[in-house]
Amino acid sequence: MSTLWTQLEPLLSKVQKPARYIGCEDGSLHPHPRAGQVGWLFTYPDTYEIGLPNQGLQILYEIVNERDDAWAERSYAPWVDLEGELRRHGLPLFSVDTHRPAAEFDLLAFNLSAELVYTNVLNCIDLAGVPVRATDRRPEHPLVVLGGHCTYNPEPLADFVDLVVLGDGEEVVSEITDIVREWKSSGRTDGSREHVLRALAQVPGVYVPSLYEAEFDGEHLVGVFPKHPDVPEVVEKRTIADLGEWPYPKHQLVPLTEVVHDRLNVEVFRGCTRGCRFCQAGMITRPVRERPADQVRDMVQGGLRRTGYDEVALTSLSTADFSGIDKVVADTVNDPSNCGQVSVSLPSLRVDAFTVGIAAEIQKARRTGLTFAPEAGTWRMRQVINKLIRNDDLYGAVDSAYSQGWRRMKLYFMTGLPTETDPDTLGIAELATNCVELGRAHHKNPSVTVSVGGFVPKPFTPFQWFGQNTVSELYRKIGLLRDATKRTRGVQLKWHDPKATLIEGIMSRGDRRLGPVIEAVWRSGGTFQEWSEYFDHTLWVETMAAHGLSVDWYVHRHRTEDEVMPWDHLSAGLHRDFLWQDWRDALDEVGLEDCRWTPCYDCGACTGYGIEHIVASATPPAGGSQGTGQDLATGGIVPVTIDGVRRPAGVGAP
Amino acid sequence: MRLRIRFTKHGKVRFLGHRDLARIWERTLRRAELDVAYSEGFSPRPKLSFGLALSTGYESEGEYLDLDLAPSAPPPHLAALPGRLSALLPEGIDTTAVCEVSRSEPSLQQAVTSCSWLIDVVDTTVAEATDAVDRALAAPHLMHTRERKGKEVTDDLRPYLLDLTIIGPTPTGARLSAELGTQPRTLRPAELLAALDPPLSEGLVRRTHQWTTHDGARRELLPVDATSAQHDGERAS
Ligand code: SF4
Repeated sequence: MSTLWTQLEPLLSKVQKPARYIGCEDGSLHPHPRAGQVGWLFTYPDTYEIGLPNQGLQILYEIVNERDDAWAERSYAPWVDLEGELRRHGLPLFSVDTHRPAAEFDLLAFNLSAELVYTNVLNCIDLAGVPVRATDRRPEHPLVVLGGHCTYNPEPLADFVDLVVLGDGEEVVSEITDIVREWKSSGRTDGSREHVLRALAQVPGVYVPSLYEAEFDGEHLVGVFPKHPDVPEVVEKRTIADLGEWPYPKHQLVPLTEVVHDRLNVEVFRGCTRGCRFCQAGMITRPVRERPADQVRDMVQGGLRRTGYDEVALTSLSTADFSGIDKVVADTVNDPSNCGQVSVSLPSLRVDAFTVGIAAEIQKARRTGLTFAPEAGTWRMRQVINKLIRNDDLYGAVDSAYSQGWRRMKLYFMTGLPTETDPDTLGIAELATNCVELGRAHHKNPSVTVSVGGFVPKPFTPFQWFGQNTVSELYRKIGLLRDATKRTRGVQLKWHDPKATLIEGIMSRGDRRLGPVIEAVWRSGGTFQEWSEYFDHTLWVETMAAHGLSVDWYVHRHRTEDEVMPWDHLSAGLHRDFLWQDWRDALDEVGLEDCRWTPCYDCGACTGYGIEHIVASATPPAGGSQGTGQDLATGGIVPVTIDGVRRPAGVGAP
Repeated sequence: MRLRIRFTKHGKVRFLGHRDLARIWERTLRRAELDVAYSEGFSPRPKLSFGLALSTGYESEGEYLDLDLAPSAPPPHLAALPGRLSALLPEGIDTTAVCEVSRSEPSLQQAVTSCSWLIDVVDTTVAEATDAVDRALAAPHLMHTRERKGKEVTDDLRPYLLDLTIIGPTPTGARLSAELGTQPRTLRPAELLAALDPPLSEGLVRRTHQWTTHDGARRELLPVDATSAQHDGERAS
């Protein structure tokens, strides 16, 4: 089959960072596809630097390549300079593994983890030589697939994609492959595209937008309904029961050029039960599935030896919650078979002294900055968002970090949260000021960087009903913070552009009427919108207006209890009434304990699918489940399995 | 113990930058379980030093790297090392020679006095290229202005132009062979081409040798038989 390398090579001399496009990474594969095999092109719709470390993409790449009847390669959005060269020379999007044209694959699959990349998805489809609208595609064109967290509301992209996969991809990727292989062997005749899509819609977890019709009554959505009786009314997410059965990636890709998170990454668990109400990832990935501690150790040890990395990140939504984390960390740091020093990083740190203790142990070699995410400035606000960190928890952690040698601290916050008042916003400045003050007891020039992002309500969270703050309101709050921190030595304030937050908000809870907007913005050159140098707020706002759509209606309006949401025909397992109740609790400032160690709230994520939390050890991590040291021995029915040994329902964990 | 390694940079990996290459070597040495010495201090780095940087996009037959092993490290089996390293390096980077060098030897940066290059020039004819080359060789000076730290600097490149020959036509131009000086500063092929009259445009460029001067004679930085471990003693001097 064809490779474009000889045509691409002269173009690479003309572009920035040509090493992004050469492939050749350790762990990469050079498949020689045979007739009848199903080809997947896994594409990350952003630059190579951001896309390469994506674990989801690497896992599926390996799983597909292990099959006899399929092969997979990778692609990333070419930067604007190379895109220009490709278009000038009539060359298409290509894989970095063998530089094969994208249209030679049967499936063009995108990983979507952020809303601002939507125009890049269209650009990649077009650059592949595939019609951007699904209705214009013929049997010879690849199927366009979406996966990743943003797929829980794929409606804005409904016109452009053939199928959307909800939840974990490990199993469903093979089920899709089987159906597409049959389609190929039947010759992909005229009209067969509709057939294969009907067959794929039967696979649990697969949503085929073209088989559904969105009905509106005036500006309000009535619902998204299947067009045929055999198409499911509600598409349920997929969940792999046991992470221990999927020790992937087995051969993590080692990039030859600079990327973000350039280190060995080992996923220690999936899911999170802390129940932070703003956090879509936590809600949609329930229940918790921990990897057996021995497997973590093997993956770390083998991975370090194979890749030559001197750093490993233990990844998850909240790694300090991994039961037995201290032992895994100690074993890794002290492993005599490591060649030279190895550092461990825990990208998501809980705010308590216990985690600082771990951090001190693992960062013996390179003590860089330490990051905490209290997310809100006051205890009241943190009860609303259910991130139950007391001010004292934070001060304790910060003090112990300063006393153990750290000088620089980073604190992450959101502004524009439900019920937020000015004292809540100013609480951010107060926390930061107090943290620097604590630092002065230990060092001459302690520093705290405060990073503030505007809050965007996400589907399948209790905050999905909340009307997002306007751009001017967010600017006003940032202004308050700027004034309050201006004169405090040691506090640096950084904030995310409220205008970008607005566009994220449009996409996050939008419906199918946004398709033409996305297409128009893309046709006007609006790609790489998550890059500040290319972000074009005016283009978006004007395009919305030109299509007769109100930004205010999509973003700033509070939803009512009975309002139909554009994603109501999709399911992450969470009961809508659980989410509504949790929203009411938020407004009442009532926090909820972690359901992993306390009674089930019947959110639906475990009970609905007959799966349970799987943890590696029966002992809750030290420091209290929410970092507050609260009493967890309240008993009750805890749906927990230890290391895959299932307990009969109704028996509590010890 | 200090080792000197010669390696190639061919094909797709020619697009890797200097920093990329350094990181790849650090990881490769760990995977090869070579116990490299680390610098002291706040963030220790492995003690590696590379020779003259190669522009991104150029190929090479002869890149060099010096590395210090940790004092406690057992002496490696040198004869097996090139094969072992090549197997762990990306395609296009091959280790072609290894030997021990004395710590008192000048660093690679200081030792190299000139480099040999094969330079393809494009969008031209052999006749045109010959004209430009002849003019350059006949001229007593070859003045060239470049920007350096925001200031314009004019240099005479002629003393660095040790040899320049047309060795044949290519489908889109001609191939030149050049030897360019590197002391006190390095003359890069792109600068040379820009300074010619008429200037020539660069196609594929390949470094073929790096030379040092020893008792007035030009020789490579490693002896031809450098990989053979039994000659260690002779070369260490
Ligand atoms: S079903 Fe119960 S135990 Fe499982 S995540 Fe939901 S609330 Fe927690």
